Parts: sequence; structure tokens; C-alpha cells
Amino acid sequence: MLHIKCPHCGMRSQNEFSYGGDATVKRPELGKEISDQDWDNFVYNRKSLRGKHLELWQHLSGCRQWIKVERDTATHEIFRTLKANEDNS
Amino acid sequence: MDQNFRLSDGGLINRDKKLSFKFNNKNYYGYEGDTLASALIANGVHLIGRSFKYHRPRGFFGAGVDEPYAMVQLYRNGETEPNIKATEQELFEGLEATSVNCWPSVNFDIGAINNFLKIFLPAGFYYKTFMWPKSFWYKVYEPFIRKSAGLGVASIKHDKERYEHKYEYCDLLIAGSGPSGLASAYAAAKNGARVILAEDKARFGGTLLTSEVNIGNKSGKEWAEGIIAELKEMPNVTVKNRSQVFGYYDHNMLVMSERISDHLSKTKKFHPKQRLWYIRAKEVLISSGSIERPIVFGNNDTPGVMLSSAAKEYLKVYGVLVGRNPLIFTNNDSGYETAIEFKKNGVDPTILDTRKDPQSEIIDEAKNLGINIKFSYVVVAAQGYKKVKSADIAKISDDKEQLGSVENIKCDCICVSGFWTPTIHLASQSGNKTKFNEEIDAFVPGTSKQNETTLGAANGSYTLEETLKNSFETAYDLSKKITNNDNKISLPNVVEKKSTTHDKFWCVPLPNGKNYKRFVDFQNDVAVSDIEIALKEGYRSIEHVKRYTTLGMATDQGKTSNLNGLQLVSNIENKVVPNVGHTTFRPPYTPVSIGAIVGREVGKHSKPTRKSPMHKWHEQNNAIFVDAGVWLRPRYYKQGNENLFEASKREAKNVRTNVGVCDVTTLGKIDIKGPNAAELLNRVYTNAWLKLPVGKARYGVMLREDGIVMDDGTTTRISENHYHMTTTTAQAANVLSHLEYYLQLIWPELNVNVVSTTEQWAGAAVAGPKSRDLLQKLFPKSDVSNEGLPFMGYIEGDLFGVKARIFRISFSGELAYEVNVESDNGNFMWEKIMEVGEEFKIQPYGTEALSTLRIEMGHVAGSELDGRTIPYDNSLEGLLSKKKDFIGKRSLTRKAFIAEDRQKIVGVVPLDKKTSIPEGSHLVKDSNAPLPNPKLGYISASCWSVEHDNPFSLAILKNGKNMIGEKLFVMSPLKNKVIPVEIVSSHYVDPKGERVRS
Repeated sequence: MLHIKCPHCGMRSQNEFSYGGDATVKRPELGKEISDQDWDNFVYNRKSLRGKHLELWQHLSGCRQWIKVERDTATHEIFRTLKANEDNS
Repeated sequence: MDQNFRLSDGGLINRDKKLSFKFNNKNYYGYEGDTLASALIANGVHLIGRSFKYHRPRGFFGAGVDEPYAMVQLYRNGETEPNIKATEQELFEGLEATSVNCWPSVNFDIGAINNFLKIFLPAGFYYKTFMWPKSFWYKVYEPFIRKSAGLGVASIKHDKERYEHKYEYCDLLIAGSGPSGLASAYAAAKNGARVILAEDKARFGGTLLTSEVNIGNKSGKEWAEGIIAELKEMPNVTVKNRSQVFGYYDHNMLVMSERISDHLSKTKKFHPKQRLWYIRAKEVLISSGSIERPIVFGNNDTPGVMLSSAAKEYLKVYGVLVGRNPLIFTNNDSGYETAIEFKKNGVDPTILDTRKDPQSEIIDEAKNLGINIKFSYVVVAAQGYKKVKSADIAKISDDKEQLGSVENIKCDCICVSGFWTPTIHLASQSGNKTKFNEEIDAFVPGTSKQNETTLGAANGSYTLEETLKNSFETAYDLSKKITNNDNKISLPNVVEKKSTTHDKFWCVPLPNGKNYKRFVDFQNDVAVSDIEIALKEGYRSIEHVKRYTTLGMATDQGKTSNLNGLQLVSNIENKVVPNVGHTTFRPPYTPVSIGAIVGREVGKHSKPTRKSPMHKWHEQNNAIFVDAGVWLRPRYYKQGNENLFEASKREAKNVRTNVGVCDVTTLGKIDIKGPNAAELLNRVYTNAWLKLPVGKARYGVMLREDGIVMDDGTTTRISENHYHMTTTTAQAANVLSHLEYYLQLIWPELNVNVVSTTEQWAGAAVAGPKSRDLLQKLFPKSDVSNEGLPFMGYIEGDLFGVKARIFRISFSGELAYEVNVESDNGNFMWEKIMEVGEEFKIQPYGTEALSTLRIEMGHVAGSELDGRTIPYDNSLEGLLSKKKDFIGKRSLTRKAFIAEDRQKIVGVVPLDKKTSIPEGSHLVKDSNAPLPNPKLGYISASCWSVEHDNPFSLAILKNGKNMIGEKLFVMSPLKNKVIPVEIVSSHYVDPKGERVRS
């Protein structure tokens, strides 16, 4: 079980969180024209990365905040966690 | 029977407390402090079971966790458990056990014919033999394998025992209480660290209990007892025996199984049987020791052949002789220690040492005691079927290739020592890159990945002084880092006998003309010849060899067999062991009971149960409940001898004719506040929300980004910037997360707060033509006329002094209202509705009637919004705004979603107007078409229409738009039904929706 540092609450066990997928995906702006291909990429197409991955988790049984977690998908090492509004660059 | 093999004194057992027990229906006695194994050996019982494949007689091989053979079916307090290791099971009064894997009895086993047909059971036998013909698998092969293989029998009864889970945090977790575990626990504890010390066995001390050493002028055992006593008194230390740390998981989380009651005849009241500990440790010290390695020779599985360390443990801990005429077969000094113990207890052993001329203090002591030692000698084969009777021995050449002439000597046990294998399982599980240590012929931990350090024998360190020194230092350093304390313990004076190097010898060659089975893996019956075949057939990777031969795959996970297997593969392949590598160590280290893994989350406790504030009333009024997610909802209220069908029909009919009341507390409710609340709703729902006036409700549908309907419900504008959203019962939690996702991540600029208020409001749906009359009496001060409170209107009212929210919304399709009050007033509201409603013939209705009402109205619910349908499929396309964008809108223009013959919801009526249609049935054009019969759609929900008094179903049907009036067939292979049906509109009752507006 992972140990995730919620930027709002501190170190918590994985079972307080739910996984929310790739954090680098940008939702296309509302009302903007977009090609089928671009829309498909947004909705469906994800890379299954081995290694460092920025992903979303929600601290569901805690502060209910969505956070960003930089994690190695192979080793589960967590490098850092960010608040939703923190820049991941 | 008497305990003929019990010494008159000695051992750590309590001779004052005699215990009776049964093995294979025979009565025996042992003492408190015995294991089942030690008590059986004390009684001279060595035949315990039959082996997995050949059904060869098997006895005891070890004295603890490494035991590959002695597994029994245990009976305790009316329960039974399979595959319990006799070497681990502590004796209790009244214990009963039987052999496993033998039929009809352990003494006469028909399966043993496999032993003589062993030529037909080579490596990969399962893969080769049972492959064809394919049709034989279910009827012939599988039942045969099930009967002949398999170990014990799992109980099919509900387990009445209680199992618990515990979460714990500590600075240092120390796995194993041998010399290194005790020393490091003591040093860290004295330095102020929070320590958990876990010992698998009942007694603390590990090898200190059996070795002749002296620490600080105390025997090893006394020193261990002193340390443990002191640790137990310290508030920062948790000391646990009978506790196996079996798994090392991510982020320094370890799991430990504590056997609290397994050693007792009966679990004490309010005690669990076992407890599973999830321990998050800052640092982990692995002091799991090492396991003696067997030497491979002919018939080395005969009962009476066992590890020399086990023989010593039986002697020193249990006061039990494993034989009166022991043969010690060793390649190192450890065998001598066992021999010396025998000698001290008046038994004359013979030592066969594979080494030519070793010199050490221990060997000198053995010589001085007059023990018969034969150097450069090996056991070629054990003789005897159900027990060792003699041994074929021979001199071996210096290059270990040639055997001299074979002689036979009498003996009643063969104690084997092939040196020691560090128990590196936990370290390896943590991700440690292990390395091969040439000096000890075994793998030891290498580079750590997580915060773990391996100490003592588990790290390949076999001298006590070095072990204690390292353990004190490591624990001091680690604890200092955590606590910043600086309290160092000085190393006590250590006296131990020096030993010399072992012989890298592990497998005795076969003598000419003999074809003895030489077992490498004892539990799975994998012999040298099997591994040779696997390699001959081209298997190279050790992982493949393992799976093909089943080497190391049994419940003991190769604790005694892994390294010898590797040695063999290396020899044949002319590689060195480190190049062959070892197979992956995976948790659990030892089998863990399913009960412990599940813990308290059993049956009703597997999830929380949510009840509405009116639950008690429902119970008192004969409600039959149904699980709706985690909620308990009344399914129907039973009157007299009614069944579900009759009751739900009555309840639904009463709604259509008079008035009914339904508990709708379970609906998800989300309070939405903020200046941009309307904008949020406008983006989340498919229809327009910006112009909804205060005091009005609106029905909305929300999609996922892929265009699939996520949920539906009504949202009401309570005040300027305040909305009350309802969701379906099932999707409540998901919808809240969904809103939070968009507010926090996608549109943080929207100034909106959302919070669940599901538990804060109790809800009652009042539905039926007389509902307005009832409402007027409930709220005499409010104007609830069609003008004052029109369809989709909202007012606040006073319910006999209680503040209430009144929504004019309808799921039943009748004139209907939903009344909400604060949860604490829920029961008051409900009772008032029932009381005042009496004159209108009110009846409560449950979910079954609720479904009937919505199905015949063609209102969609969870069975249509099932994560596979888009708005069009549910005839909700009228709710799609063309003017604005919303979540998922772009997906709706995808090709499949705009196909001309896209599936759509329809109504289905059986032609005979009698036959009920099973939900989940398929719709087909021709019931006699060859299989696979093209499926046109499926039945999503079925009811008995109370309006038309015949069965009615909803279906999602391909090209549903153009299918009205068609005659099709409903097929349910599961229920073996074929029903001719007619497709009709999904709005079977009041298609124009006049009633809700009346």
C-alpha cells in the first residue's frame, strides 16, 4: 500500500485516496472547434508509461482535494505531490 | 501410548501439564509447550502423510516454518483447517489432527502406486499427460487430479472465529527474535525508538535456545529471557510472539499475522483467533535467521531423515529424541553440535562428514566425547519404507565424483546438515537486489531499495559475536537518526565455539546400477531426475524450470529446496549459481489464513450499512428490505401472506388510484453554492440552466466526456446562488467527485462550493392523484394548488412546526411531491404523512412498486443508464442543448452515436399478455435462427403494468426508433424461455405526461 503525502493533510495511506489518471491531459476549452482526432486523444488515448508519471489522485476519505502525484509506475517511488493549482513544471 | 522418545528431563516444556490429543484417531499424550510434531515424535510417530505426487510416506523434516512434509488437517473446537504444519501447531488439550493426501489411510495408501509408476510422472507430467483429448479434461483428468493431488480439505462451514486487522506505525520493525533481533531491538529501544519486535514462534530467542553459547556470563537462553523481560516493560516497545511478518510491500509497509488463539483449545471470549497487522515502519531490521540446507541423496525423503538443526531443537526445546541410533550426515560443523547433544543425553551417534580432515573446536569436542566420526563419507541412500531402518553409506573421493564400496549400517534416523541458507525473503520482497555470497554458497541481501537492513544469519553472518556487534551498532545508528538520542549499549562478553569452513558439497552421486529418487523439493516431489529432464527439454530460465517442474512452488515455497535446485541447474548448465539467479520471492512468506486477510469485513460487515431515519418505522411495518448499494431500502411492505409480486402490485396500484409514500432519503443530495453555481450546472448538465428561476426545479442529465450518460436527477434553485442537486442513489459519490474534479482541476475560476447533504435530509415522495389533497392538509398555510406550486415548482413549508422543503417532482409519473426535512425530523415527517394520509387511503410503497411505476411510465433509471448508453438511447436527446457546450457534447457527434439505426429505448409487451419477461433477456428477430442468433437488443427492466394489468418491459433495441409495432422474440437461455413480443412505445402510461401537470 502506497504512502502518499497529501499536500493539504500530510502522509496518508493509499486507501484514503482514489486514482484519477494522467494529470498532464488538458481538457479542450469549452465551445472550441476540435478535430475528431484531438478529441479522441483527450478522451481515450493514454500512454501506459513505465517510469515517472504525473497523475491525479483525490483524497477521497480526507480533504476531498484532487492532487497531483509524481510517481514511478514501475517502482512506486513518489517524488513529489502537488496541490491542484500548483504548476508541475 | 507412552512417550517413549521423551527424555526424562530437559527441554522448555511444562512437564507438570500433560495434554491429551488425537492423531489419526489414536490417543496420545504430550506436554504444554510441545508442538504437535514434538509430541508425535515423543510418541515415536514418524509417519505423518503421503507425498504430493508419488504418495510416498513422509514424516518430519524440520521443526518450524520450513517444514515441507508434516502438514495435517486440524480439528479444533468444531472447526477444521487444512494444511497446518505440525511443526508449528502448538499442542493444546483435546487437539485432533489427521493426515492429508492419503487414501484410505496413511499406512496403506492406494496412490502410492504412483511411486512404482513414477516413470509415468516425470517433470512437466501435467502438461504432457492431460493435454488431449480436450474433451477429457472436465470429466476424466480434472476429477482425477483433484482426487489424487491436493492437500487438506477446506471447511465449507461459515467460520465462526473472529479475525481482526490493526494498523500500526513504528520507528523500527524487527522481524525475528534471534540473537540479532534481540540485540537490535534492545539497542534501539534503549535509544528511545518506538520498536515492534516480532517472533514467529511461541518462544523468543531463536537459535539462542538451542546453541551452547555464553553472553555476559549467562547462557544464550537466559540472556534472551532477560532482554525480552526488559523489552516487555518498556512503553516504547511492542513485543509479539506467534507473529509472522510475511510480506514486505511498498513504502515500508509490512504485514504481520499474529496467531492469538491457535494454540488454545478454544478462542477466549471477545478475543480474535488471529490478527493481521499492517505496519508502516520508518526502518525495518530483518533478523529472520537462516534455514539449514539439506544434502541430496537417495531416498532422502524417507521418514526419519531430517535436518540436523531440527533434531537438536527437538532435543533441547522439547526433550525429545528423534531416534536412538542417529546417523549425522554433514558437510559442516553444525552437524557436530547435534551429535554432541545426542551424546550428552546418552545416545551414541555416528557422524558422516563429507570433509576430509576438518579441524575446529567443535570437532575436537566431538572427538573427545568419543563420538564415532567417519570423514570423507556420505549417505548414498536411506533404506526403509515408512521409517529409516538403515543407511547405505560409502566413502567419497576427494573430487566428490567417485563412491567407494557401499556398506549398510543400522540407524533409525539420519540428521542432515548441508550448511545454512539465509532467509532473505523479506529483503527480496522489498526490492533488495540480492547477491551471491561464494563463502556460504547462498544469496544474501545486497543493495536496499527501501529502508531495510538485514542482520545476523539472514545476512550470512554465522558467528554470534559479529552478529551481536553489528546488531547493536546498526540499531543504535538507525534509532539515533530517528530519535536524535545518543544512548549506546556496550557489547557484552561473548563466548562461543569456533567452527571451520563447510564443504561445498550438496548432492551425493548415484552408485552404479542404482536409480534412487533423490528429492530436491520435498513437498512437491521434485527429484534430481525431474530437473535434469526439464533442462534436457530445453528449459533454461530458472523461472521456467520452476514452473515446469514445480520446484519450490508448494506451500513451503522452496524454503529447503531453492538453493539445491539452483545448484543442480548450475551444475548441469556449467554455470555458476549467481548467473542462474534465483526465482522471485513473493509474499506471503508463510501461508496466511483467508480469515486473517479478510478480517472483520465479513458478510454484512464487508461494507457499511446505511439506513434512513425512517428505518425503524419500516421495520415495524413489515418492510422487506433490499440492498441498494450500501443502503437498505424497503422493497415492499408485506401484508398478510402477500408475496413480493402481490405486494408491489397493490402498492403501485394504490399510487395510481389514491396516494402512496416512498422513502427517497437514499437519493444523493448535493448542496451547490456560489456566484458561478448556475454556470457550473450549465456545463455539467446537457440542458440549459442559466435561466432557471429561484423556486424552480429542473430535470437534468449529465454525461461523461465520452458521451455516455453518467447520471440524472433534478436540481432546484433554492435562492439566487444556492442550488440543491439530487443524484441517483448509486451514483451519489461519483457525481460529487465528478463536480469536485471539474471545479478543482478544470475550471478553478468558477466560484462554487459543493458538499454532500445526502445524510442531512430525509425525503418522502408523496405520489398519486390524491397527493395534493394530502399535501394541503400537511401544509395548511401553504398554497399547494396547481398555480401556487406548479409542476417542477419548489416552496418551503411548515410541517406542524418543522421546516420542510417541498418539490413538485415526479418519478412515478403521477401528480407527486417530494418533501424533505432535516434528518432528525424524518421519522416525524413520515408518521405525520401516514397519519394525515389515512383518510386518502395512503399506503407506503417500496422500491419494487417504485420500479413498476417508473417502468410503465418509460422513465429511465440505473438499468438503462448503465454506463453504455447515450442520451439518444434513452430518448433524452430533447435535453441536449444546441446553443451551449457541456461535458461530453463533442463525443455525441461520433459516427457510432449518430448512426441511423442507433439503439433506442422501447417498450415490450408479450403477445399473450401473460408471460413475464426476464430482465437481461435478448431480443431477436427469429427464435429459430442458427446460433449465434443476431441480437437486436436487451431487456433492461421488467414489471407487471398495474395500469394495463399485463407484463411490460423496457428494452434498448437496435433501430428502436423504427421498430414500434414490430413482432420480435425475447430469448432467455438462462431461464429457457422464448416469448413472442410486440414492440411498443416506452411510454406505456400517460404518454403525454398529463398527470404530473394536473
